[in-house]
Amino acid sequence: MRNLIILFLIFIIPTKALGLIEVDITRGNLNPLPIAVSPLSIDDESKKSFEKTLKKKDIGSEISKVIEKNLKTSGLFNPLDKNAFLQAPDIAHLKPRFEDWNLIKAQALITGKVKNVEDKLRVEFRLWDVLAGKEMMALAFTTVPNNWRRVGHIITDKVYERLTGEKGYFDTRIIYVAEEGPKTKRIKKLAIMDQDGANNKFLTLGNELVLTPRFNPTSQMVTYLSYFRNLPRVYLLDIETGIQEVVGDFPGMTFAPRFSPDGKKIIMSFAKDGNSDIYTMDLENRIVEKITNHPSIDTSPSYSPDGKFICFNSDRSGYQQIYVMKSDGSNVKRISFGNGLYGTPVWSPRGDLIAFTKLHKGKFYIGVMRTDGSGERLLTENFYQEAPSWSPNGRVLIFYRETKTDDKGEGFSAKLWSIDLTGYNERLVDTPTDASDPSWSSLLSN
Amino acid sequence: MKKLVIRNIDQGALMKLNKILKNTFLVLFACLVLSACATSKKSTGQMQGDVYTGTDTVEYLASGVPDRVFFATNESVLTTASRETLRKQAAWLRKNSDITIVLEGHADERGTREYNLALGERRANAAKDYLMTYGISSNRISVLSYGKERPVDSGSNPLAWSKNRRSVTVKAN
Repeated sequence: MRNLIILFLIFIIPTKALGLIEVDITRGNLNPLPIAVSPLSIDDESKKSFEKTLKKKDIGSEISKVIEKNLKTSGLFNPLDKNAFLQAPDIAHLKPRFEDWNLIKAQALITGKVKNVEDKLRVEFRLWDVLAGKEMMALAFTTVPNNWRRVGHIITDKVYERLTGEKGYFDTRIIYVAEEGPKTKRIKKLAIMDQDGANNKFLTLGNELVLTPRFNPTSQMVTYLSYFRNLPRVYLLDIETGIQEVVGDFPGMTFAPRFSPDGKKIIMSFAKDGNSDIYTMDLENRIVEKITNHPSIDTSPSYSPDGKFICFNSDRSGYQQIYVMKSDGSNVKRISFGNGLYGTPVWSPRGDLIAFTKLHKGKFYIGVMRTDGSGERLLTENFYQEAPSWSPNGRVLIFYRETKTDDKGEGFSAKLWSIDLTGYNERLVDTPTDASDPSWSSLLSN
Repeated sequence: MKKLVIRNIDQGALMKLNKILKNTFLVLFACLVLSACATSKKSTGQMQGDVYTGTDTVEYLASGVPDRVFFATNESVLTTASRETLRKQAAWLRKNSDITIVLEGHADERGTREYNLALGERRANAAKDYLMTYGISSNRISVLSYGKERPVDSGSNPLAWSKNRRSVTVKAN
């Protein structure tokens, strides 16, 4: 991943204009901001050279499509139809005729320029406030041409941040489990893709069952459960090198792994003699620590972003509920008290909320509550869904949903879905095969 | 305010109270189910409560020795029928002392994946413990939980789920 890092060259300091457009992301946005994404202009020579190397006719236009799709799926923006644009991309980038953009009801405008500079891809873009007739930001990037989609994602992140005041989540990846075959003999593979579904890649062959992959904080490593040789154990995988190793030397099943926020430990469950407890293993010195010690099932641990607390799932009250404890295992407190069963707690990267799965009266819900259990809010209800994972800015959750089969056992599917914290903007996340157990990476360019 | 007061009560006492209430309800519920069963025989053939009692999916380790036992939702308690099956398995294992086994624990699809892995392990261990009390050495038994990953019935209905909540004894050699 290191060699993919993009060079940032800020050539104009973003203008600090007050009273410009702002997008409120704290509530369901029923009136997404109309935004025009002008195709990035490109000179003929650069166009030809990139067509050769990238097999894309007009890379400037392709990058703008990436931006448009990102903005649309965020639910906060409404990218306008390009056919209605009056001004040519290269001229708009120099000085937009704001009356023209106003005419098609655009409130914001993105323009840009692509150039081949010594076989590198140089992209500059500007964000304009159409109503105020002002430039809001201008940035340029230089990178290897193959990174062109990432440039689109980074531009979206910058625009999102400028207009909402919060970090974006577009230059990110999703690791998940790709599923195929009949329900009784499902074949599962680890897969990774960009947040928008592009660049899908399978990381395992499907010879053994794999479950619950999760990124480390730098998104270079993944911890997951594999049934290699019929011994369900937690593994560690380096995405770039493909090197895998078992985590620890446990005489039984280890499962439900996650990284600590500093990436130095893996926290997981170890099951022995019918009892599952939570353990950590330090990845540097390999020291294993037992965190919970209770005859009930303790599983699905997740650290708070400061590493001081752990939320987890336990049935010590008789049924699955959510608990919070200090990271050394002391001060265990139950926090879920609503009707039904609660599972898969995951601490928000912002620290203020815990997302969970809830089963109540035969329905499954994805919801959030404060870390003391108050303010429970259910975002979505379905026949079956579970395992939410937070976008790095804590605004969106991705999870998986399974369909009910008919009387013949047919019609089963598993798909990834995302929903905003507001409960709005529920979307199917496209994957080439059926999919489950998604985990969202951190922002790759930071 | 009311909620606050409830949380201040000794949790242990509250839980006990809950359990007593729940058990009473369970008994009541069981009575209702049983009386319902008595009148409509159709539904009794395959399930008792929500434990599978049919034989559709059962295979045999040897003549008269069923390979699997079934569980109620979220439970790992062995039913009378399960204990009988396991006693037959123990007798067969005592006669065939060279055989080693894997107990494969499973859950239905109506639970979160990670919890179900733990539940499958708990169920397989309930079977293991029972076999051990009938003289089968623990070094002949290994345990493998599949959680909800390997259902036998792909249906999304209570009967299918009851078939999938199981511990299956598989010959390992």
